[in-house]
Amino acid sequence: MSENTITFEIDGVEVQGTAGQTIMQAADVAGIYIPRLCAFDGLEPFGSCRVCTVKVNGRFQSACTQPIAEGIIVENDSEELLELRRNLVDMLFVEGNHFCMFCEKSGNCELQALAYRLGIAAPKYPYMFPADRNVDATHKDVFIDHNRCILCARCVRASRDLDGKNVFQFVGRGPQKRIAVNSRARLVDTDLNVTDKAVEVCPVGAILTKHVGYSIPVGKRKYDHTPIGADIEANKK
Amino acid sequence: MQDTQDLKRVVIEPVTRVEGHGKVTILLDEDNKVKQARLHIVEFRGFERFIQGRPYWEAPVLVQRLCGICPVSHHLAAAKAMDLIVGVDQLTPTAEKMRRLMHYGQMFQSHSLHFFHLASPDLLFGFDADVAVRNVIGVAAAHKDLAVQGVMMRKYGQEIIKATAGKKIHGTGAIPGGVNKNLTIEERDAFLKDIDQMTEWSRGALKIAKDYTVENLEAVAPFGSFDSNHVSLIREDGAMDLYHGNLRAIDAQGEKIFDQVDYQNYLDYIVEDVRDWSYMKFPFIKSLGVDDGWYRVGPLARVNACDFIDTPEAEAARKEFMAVTDGKPNNLTMAYHWARMIETLHSIEKIRELLEDPDLQGTDLVLKGDRRPEGVGLIEAPRGTLFHHYKVNDDDQVEMANLIVSTTSNNEPMNRAVSKVAMDHISGKPEITEGLLNHIEVAIRAYDPCLSCATHALGKMPLTVRLVDNDGNEVAKKST
Repeated sequence: MSENTITFEIDGVEVQGTAGQTIMQAADVAGIYIPRLCAFDGLEPFGSCRVCTVKVNGRFQSACTQPIAEGIIVENDSEELLELRRNLVDMLFVEGNHFCMFCEKSGNCELQALAYRLGIAAPKYPYMFPADRNVDATHKDVFIDHNRCILCARCVRASRDLDGKNVFQFVGRGPQKRIAVNSRARLVDTDLNVTDKAVEVCPVGAILTKHVGYSIPVGKRKYDHTPIGADIEANKK
Repeated sequence: MQDTQDLKRVVIEPVTRVEGHGKVTILLDEDNKVKQARLHIVEFRGFERFIQGRPYWEAPVLVQRLCGICPVSHHLAAAKAMDLIVGVDQLTPTAEKMRRLMHYGQMFQSHSLHFFHLASPDLLFGFDADVAVRNVIGVAAAHKDLAVQGVMMRKYGQEIIKATAGKKIHGTGAIPGGVNKNLTIEERDAFLKDIDQMTEWSRGALKIAKDYTVENLEAVAPFGSFDSNHVSLIREDGAMDLYHGNLRAIDAQGEKIFDQVDYQNYLDYIVEDVRDWSYMKFPFIKSLGVDDGWYRVGPLARVNACDFIDTPEAEAARKEFMAVTDGKPNNLTMAYHWARMIETLHSIEKIRELLEDPDLQGTDLVLKGDRRPEGVGLIEAPRGTLFHHYKVNDDDQVEMANLIVSTTSNNEPMNRAVSKVAMDHISGKPEITEGLLNHIEVAIRAYDPCLSCATHALGKMPLTVRLVDNDGNEVAKKST
C-alpha cells in the first residue's frame, strides 16, 4: 500500500482511494454508484446539479467536487439522501418540457434513467410548461432543443476544455439562465462540428445529432435492460 | 337556417363504446317527430399545430400519440411521408415487409377489439337489451369462448406490433427511409405456433358477422343505410392493399369517379368542408361538390372498391359478400361488421404469408436519398383511408402538417346514419327509452369511429341522456 493511499468509509464499507481523488472518483473505482448528472468522466468537476450530494461526517457535500480524506465517514445510499435526489430530479423534470414519450433520447437519457433508478413514476411538483424554450436547428448536422436542457454545463466544459472552441456559454441568471452559443445565437454560425465532444456529452435530449432519430430499436437502448450506474457497480470486487 | 328554438332536444353524451368523445343531439317537435339529428365531435386536439417546428424524424413517433387504439396507422402514414422527405421512393424488401407485418398485426388487433368488445354486445343481445347486460362483461358471462377469443386475438396482434415496432403501443419501428429492426427467428416461430388457432377464430368471427347480416337482412338492410360513394387505396392491379396503393373512388352503383390516383396529388381530388357545430371537418370529392361528394371509407368501402382480395379465404368471403348485392357495392351501414371480419381474415392470411418470407430476417433496413421539402403518406387504417401531409424546411423542421383521418371522412355518413335511424326508430315515439337511443349508437358504432383521432382528446364517460323542453329546462335525465 503506497503512502498516497487514503482509507475512508462509504455506507459502512471501507474504501481505499488515492490522494487527490474526489469521493465520486474513489467510489467509482470501488464499484459504488453515486448518482450524478453534471459530472462526466474527463470533464472538470462542476458541482452544479447537486444530485451527487452525500453526507461527509454529517455535512452535505457534492461527491464530484469533494476530495477524499483519511478516515472520513460518507453516507450515500440513505433514505434521506435518496429523497433529496428525487426532489432535485423532480425539479429538473418540471422546470423544462421533458416529454419522454416522443423524445428520441428516451432509453438513452441519463435524466430519465436516473428518475427510473430513483423510483420516480411522475413528478410531484406541478409542471411549469415554460413557453420560452426554442429549437435551434440551423446547423446542418446538430440541433439544440432548449426545452430539454438541464443546464448541467457539460457542453460548456467539453467545448472549452476538450474541443478548444467555447461554442456554448451560459447567459442570464437564476430562472432565466440558459445555454447560448457564441455568435448571433444561432448554431449554424459557430464552428461546432458533429464530432465535437460537446455534442456527445449531453446527458439529455437537448443537443442531438440530426437524422439519427429512433434508429436504435426499443430493447437495444442503453438503459432498456440495466439501470444507470450498473456499469460502475460492475467494478465491485 | 332552420328555426330550432321551439324544439325539444335529446342529447346522447357521450356516445359510448366508440374511441373518443362525441355527442348526439336530436331535436323533436311537440309530437316527438324528429326534425334534426346530428353527431357532434366535441374534442379539440391540435396535433397539426404542435408538430410545427419539430424535427421531421420525430413525426412518426409524436403524431401517433393521437391514439392508443391504432397508433400504428399514424406511425406508418407519417413514416411513409417521411420516406419521401428523405428521398426514398422504394424501401428495402425487409423494411417494407416489416412495416406490412406491423400494419396487418394492427389491423388484426383493432378489428378484433371492435368486433368482440365494442360491437358484439349489440349483435348478440339486441339493440334494446338490458344495458346492464349489453356490454363486454355481459358477453364474457354469456359467451365465454367469444370473449376469450377477442382477448387472445387482440393480444396476438399486439405482440406482432411489439415485435415490429418495439412496443405494443407507441413504438418506434418505422423510421424515415425504413425500419430499425428485423424479425428474429425466435419471434417468427412464436407467431407461427399460434397462427392456425388465430385463423380458425377469424373464420368463426367472420361467420358470426355474416350470419347476423344474412339472417337479419330484412331488419339490417334499412338500418341507418343510404347510398354513398366509397373511397379506398387500391393496388395497381385492383387488389385490396391495406398498406399502399393509389386512390380509387366509386359511386353507390360501383361506377368509378376516379381511379389509380397518385395520392401525392390528393388535394386535387379531396377537399375539406368546415361547419360551425363540429370540431370535425367534412371532406368531399372535389369534382362532385360538397353536397354530393361525401364518401365512406373503412372496411365497407374497401371491400366494395377493390376488384379482388389476394388471399384465398378472404377472397371467397368477399365474393359471398358481393353476391348479396348482385356484385354492386353494398351500401348497408350494418354490413361494415361483415366487411371488417373479411379484413380480419385477410390480415391473418397476410401475416402468415409474411412470417413465411425469409426477407423478414434481412439486415438491409434503411435507405437514404436526397432531401425533399414535402411528402404525403397514405395508409388504409382499420377505420379507413388516413392522410398525412407534411412540409419540412431546410433546417429539417416540420413547417406544415395536414391530417385527414378515417373518421373525418366518415363524418357525413355517420351523420346521415344517425339522422336515418332517428327518423326510422325514434320519430313519433311517445317515450324515448335508452334502448331506442342505443339504436343511434349502434349506427355510429358500425363505423368504428375514432373521435380522438378525428379531432386530432381522449375520454370515455358514462352515457348521459338529457331531455330538455322548449324553454331549455331539463325535463328528464338518465345516466348509466
